[in-house]
This record gives sequence, C-alpha cells and structure tokens, in this order.
Amino acid sequence: MNKIKISAKNIDVFYGDKQALFDVSMDMYEKEVTALIGPSGCGKSTFLRCINRMNDVIDICSVKGNVSIDGHDIYDKSIRVESLRESVGMVFQKPNPFPKSIYENIAYGPRIHGIANSKTDLDEIVETSLQKAALFDEVKDRLHQPGTGLSGGQQQRLCIARAISVNPEIILMDEPCSALDPIATAKIEDLMSELKKEFTIIIVTHSMQQAARVSKNTGFFHLGKLIEVDSTDTIFSNPGNQKTQDYITGRFG
Amino acid sequence: MFDASANLKKRLKSERRFQIFCITAISFALIFVLILFLNIFSSGYSAFYKTTIAIDVDYSQVIEDTTQFAAMSDDEINKLDLFRFSKKSIYSLFPDIEDRKEKKLLIRIFSIEYEDEIKQFLIKNKENIKKIETVYLTASDDVDQVRKGNYPRDLPEERRRIKDIQLEYYDILENNGRVKYVFNIPFLTRGDSREPELAGVGGSIVGSFLTIITVLILSFPIGILAAVYLQEFAKSNRFTDFIEININNLAAVPSIVFGLLGLGIILNVFGLPRSTPLVGGIVLSLMTLPTIIIATRASLRAVPPSIREGALAVGATKMQAVMHHVVPLAMPGALTGTIIGLAQALGETAPLLLIGMVAFVVDVPSSPLDASASLPVQVYLWAESAERGYVEKTSATIMLLLGFLILLNLAAVLIRRKFETKW
Ligand SMILES: Nc1ncnc2c1ncn2[C@@H]1O[C@H](COP(=O)(O)OP(=O)(O)OP(=O)(O)O)[C@@H](O)[C@H]1O
Ligand SMILES: [Mg+2]
Repeated sequence: MNKIKISAKNIDVFYGDKQALFDVSMDMYEKEVTALIGPSGCGKSTFLRCINRMNDVIDICSVKGNVSIDGHDIYDKSIRVESLRESVGMVFQKPNPFPKSIYENIAYGPRIHGIANSKTDLDEIVETSLQKAALFDEVKDRLHQPGTGLSGGQQQRLCIARAISVNPEIILMDEPCSALDPIATAKIEDLMSELKKEFTIIIVTHSMQQAARVSKNTGFFHLGKLIEVDSTDTIFSNPGNQKTQDYITGRFG
Repeated sequence: MFDASANLKKRLKSERRFQIFCITAISFALIFVLILFLNIFSSGYSAFYKTTIAIDVDYSQVIEDTTQFAAMSDDEINKLDLFRFSKKSIYSLFPDIEDRKEKKLLIRIFSIEYEDEIKQFLIKNKENIKKIETVYLTASDDVDQVRKGNYPRDLPEERRRIKDIQLEYYDILENNGRVKYVFNIPFLTRGDSREPELAGVGGSIVGSFLTIITVLILSFPIGILAAVYLQEFAKSNRFTDFIEININNLAAVPSIVFGLLGLGIILNVFGLPRSTPLVGGIVLSLMTLPTIIIATRASLRAVPPSIREGALAVGATKMQAVMHHVVPLAMPGALTGTIIGLAQALGETAPLLLIGMVAFVVDVPSSPLDASASLPVQVYLWAESAERGYVEKTSATIMLLLGFLILLNLAAVLIRRKFETKW
C-alpha cells in the first residue's frame, strides 16, 4: 500500500446553520485513484472542495476539522490557498474552459505562478499538458482557436490539461464524466489510469461501474456522513454496512 | 376530431384581439415618433442654409496696388479700419440712393458683420486680390427668412420688421442674380450670437463634447471599480446592503437635485469656475454613475461562476480571477451601460441650468475650463427667443442632438452585438 497523501480528520462543514458534513475522517493514498460515491446531496462535492479549500469561496460556508497533505495542515494560517491550489488541481462536473484560445487556457496557470520563464518554456508546458491529457493530437493544429469550440469530451480533457499545467500532486475530479457520452467517458477513464502513475486522484462519481473500473479505494457517503471506506473490491463485493450494500445494489439512491 | 371546440374558438378570438391591441399600441408609438421627427425636420432643415448677397468690392480703394496685400500679416489686415469703405461698397449696389434713411435700410439687409466679412475675404485671398472682387455677404435674418419663405410678405408694412423698400432692394438683387443660397457652415462652427443669422451651434457642440468627455473620464473608472468591488469582493452585510440601496436610490434622484448639489458644493464650496464643462461633467457624472454601476454589476452577475472557479482552481488570486476573466467578459455590458449613461447625460438640461451653463457664450470653448453652452441648453435658450431665425435654429439643434444620441445608441447596440459571448 502506498503512503498516505491526504488525511482528513473530523471534518464538519456548515452552510450557514445547515450542517452538510458530519465528522468525516478519511485517508487517501498517493498515486492511487480514490472514488467517492453516495446519493445526491450527501456531501461528496463538499468534501472534495475541502481538499483544495474551494469552500472558502462560499461566504456562508465554514469548515471545522483538519485536512493535511503530506502531513501539513492545509487550513493553517501560514498556508496560502493560491499555492495550495497550485498543488491540488480540480476538474469540475461541467467542462468550464475559459472563453479564450486552447493555448491560453493552459498557459494561464503557469503564467500566473511564474512557472515558465520564456515563450518556449510555455509552449513546452502547453504541449506536454495536452499530451498528458491525451488531447494534443486532436488539437495541435488549432491551438489558437477558442477552447469553447471543442466537443464536450475534448473540453473536459482541456480542463484536465489545464489542471495538470501547474504540476499539481493531487487532482480532484467532481463527476468529470457526467456530461459526457460513453466513448468520451472511456477516454477519460483510460486517461485516469495513465495519470495515476504521476498524480494522486480523488474522483466523485455517480457511476458504480466507473468507481469499480478506475479506483483502488472507495468511500461511501450518506446524508453527510462517511458510512464506509475500504478497498473498492471490498466495497463492491463484500460491504461492511447495510446502507452501502443497499446503495450499490441500487435499492436506493 | 380536431374541430375547434367552442372553448378553443373563444381562446383564439381573444388571442386575435390581444394582437390587435398590441399592434395598435406599436402604431401609436411609431406615429408619434414620426410626427415628432417630421415636425422637427421640416422646421429645422432650413437652418443649415443661409442667404448671401454678392457685392462688388473695389479693394484698390484701400491700397492702390492690391498686390501689396500679400505682404501684410493677418493681424495688420484685421487692424485696418474698413468701416466706411465697407459701407460705400454696399451703397455701390444702388448708386442712385441719396436719402440717408434709405441708405441705412439698404445696409440693414445685410448682417451686422459685413465689415468683418469683407476683411475675412481679404485675408483669405490676400495672395491675389484683384482690383474689384465679388464678395458674398451674409444677409440679415429678415431677408434670410424672406428667402426661405418663412416671412409673410403680404402683411401690412407696420407689422413687418422688413420694410417695403428693403423688399424692393432684395427683389432687384435677386433678379440680378446677386442672391445665393448656400450651405451654412458657420452655423456648425460658430458660437452663439445676438444676431440670429450669425448664431451657431459650434460652441455648444464643443461644450457638450467636453462635458461628455469629462463625464466619461470621471464616471467610467469610478463606476467600473465600484461595481467590481460591490459585486465581486464586498461581503454582503448591512453596510453593503445600505450602499446598494443608495446606489439604486441615486439612479432615481431627479436630475435637478444634482444641479443643486453642483451649485452648493462644487461651485460654492470648492469654487470651481461657473458655466464650465468641467463642472457640468462632474454634476452629470453623479447621474451617470449609478447607471454604469448597475449595468456593470448586471453583466458581472451574468458571467457564470464556473469561470471564476476555473481560475481560482488553478491558483489564481481572487483579483486575478476577476480581472483576467470576469471583467473582460463583463466589459461589453459595462460599455453598453456607459454609453447609455453618456447618452442620458448628453441630453440632460436641468442640472446644467443651475450651474450656469445657460450663459450666453459667443466663443467656442477650447478647454473644459472655459465657459460654454451645451446642445440641450442651447435648445432651451433659443426656444425662448422670438425671432424666426432662432426658431429654425432651435429645431436644427434638436436634430443634431437627436443625431448624436442615435449615434451613441447605435454604438451601444454594435458593441453588444460584436462582443456578445455565448456560453
Ligand atoms: N453553496 C451552498 N450553499 C448552501 N448549501 C449548499 C451549498 N452547496 C451545497 N449545499 C448543501 O450541502 C449538501 C451537500 O451538497 P453537495 O453538493 O456536497 O452534495 P453532492 O454529494 O455533491 O451531491 P451531487 O451528487 O448531487 O452533486 C446539500 O444538502 C446541499 O444542499
Ligand atoms: Mg456534487
């Protein structure tokens, strides 16, 4: 088993008065895919957004508890969220490329973080990011055309390339395939098994099959609580909790 | 089976009735606009023309050898006293007139600045002045209105400003081919004047332009920054709610109140110069600001949150996410709002009256610190004058004002079309 990359302890999240997560503790391992499943509204996205502190953006949201990455508390006052998010990339449910060229979409992150020193450096980052996202061959002739002109699946891979461009260690994916057809989904799943060699990946998904195919560990959430977390094989063949059993067999959800 | 039931027939009928109401409403609006435009156009277009009368000027009576004018500077020519000479040149149209009173009436068919016009001709053509030149002088307003057919000739003489004998002179000149009807360039370049035939809108066009530029320089950056801060950065609490409500209130404040504010504070407390485009611009900025802020906030709100999240997720600071991604996308909307605000400011009159931009200004302003009129105030000023010449100039000024407003609104529409982003 790989070493622990992310460790969440006793996480409570509140939206105003409403509590969305209750005492969630979970470890996620380096260079593996961890899947988060559970019925709609159970707090998967909320949990995911704790890991790159995107919840900070929401005024009414407050997070209690402790999340550490490589042993560093990411909610510590000395941590700058901007550098945290440089190491923890995120891909959203709906592809959200900037309404700019493909090139600019990817060059943006490296540019603001000062990662590339020259135009050739930047060109190289754009190319390798696109290659890692398995998109380069499809778009190499139109790097300067708008990213919003790509197909949905291509846009999502563009967003993955954008996340990769700043050399993160962790990539968070919130239902990255929910807006895609099966072929585009298969491409992204293949991509994930490629990417996990280099990155730690946490993926929220509504598809049991997808979780089974891509992940090594799976956590099951229900009504804001983490019900069970174990290896994906165990969760799907021999879950320890009745609710998990009911959910994966489709008896509720 | 698919026959219309009684109920459906009733619904269809009421739909038809509804459409008729709508079309009637639209027709009414269109007819009113059309009548307005026709009315203004028909009474205003003649202001763009003026009547001129040719006289023969014997410049050799000023200097025997007319080639010497070429050596004189413009200043020197301007200093020449050509008053009596000019009069004599006019008298030469009708050498038989002896009576002093009749001579005076002859002079009066010309505009009062005939001496200057004779000088200006000299200055313009000083390189090769012939002994005798034909110079076209501006006719007086009375003659101009007769030429334009605005002046009833059949009124009894006592009730006319123009006398029978003047009409006689005019008819003779007309028959001799000395009367020419030309495009009135000075109307577009000169300032106001006590003589209707000499009054121009140049001063108010420049005044309006300087005012609008002042408004743009002041209210665009302030408006955009305020909107961006309120929409993107400010936490929503009592204080920001209070500001928000008051910005909306500001948009509803009658414009004359801003004029009072300008009078009370900008003129009396800060002591900025009265009647100037600078002060006018400051006052109108107060009016334009809420329009810009509200429009900009609306277009910031229309930028999908996913764009902000995308930028934040790669580690952009809040300011970078906003300035690099959100603001550029909101810019077309902000610009449209700004232009609409400027168009409102361009047509605004009441606040300008209070800060003294209603003064009679002859000179075309050359900086925002010069006293100046503006187009809507010029309309207001001339609309109060009785002379027929001012009546047509009022309408012509309205035409220009409407023209500028239509141009601005067109620009707003074009910007919106061109930069509209589809998500
Ligand atoms: N911005 C917000 N403001 C208030 N409440 C929120 C907000 N975002 C989420 N919630 C609430 O928090 C709870 C968890 O939401 P979350 O989005 O994490 O669910 P989820 O598991 O991702 O659901 P789904 O599968 O539908 O995406 C829900 O009850 C939701 O109503
Ligand atoms: Mg979700």
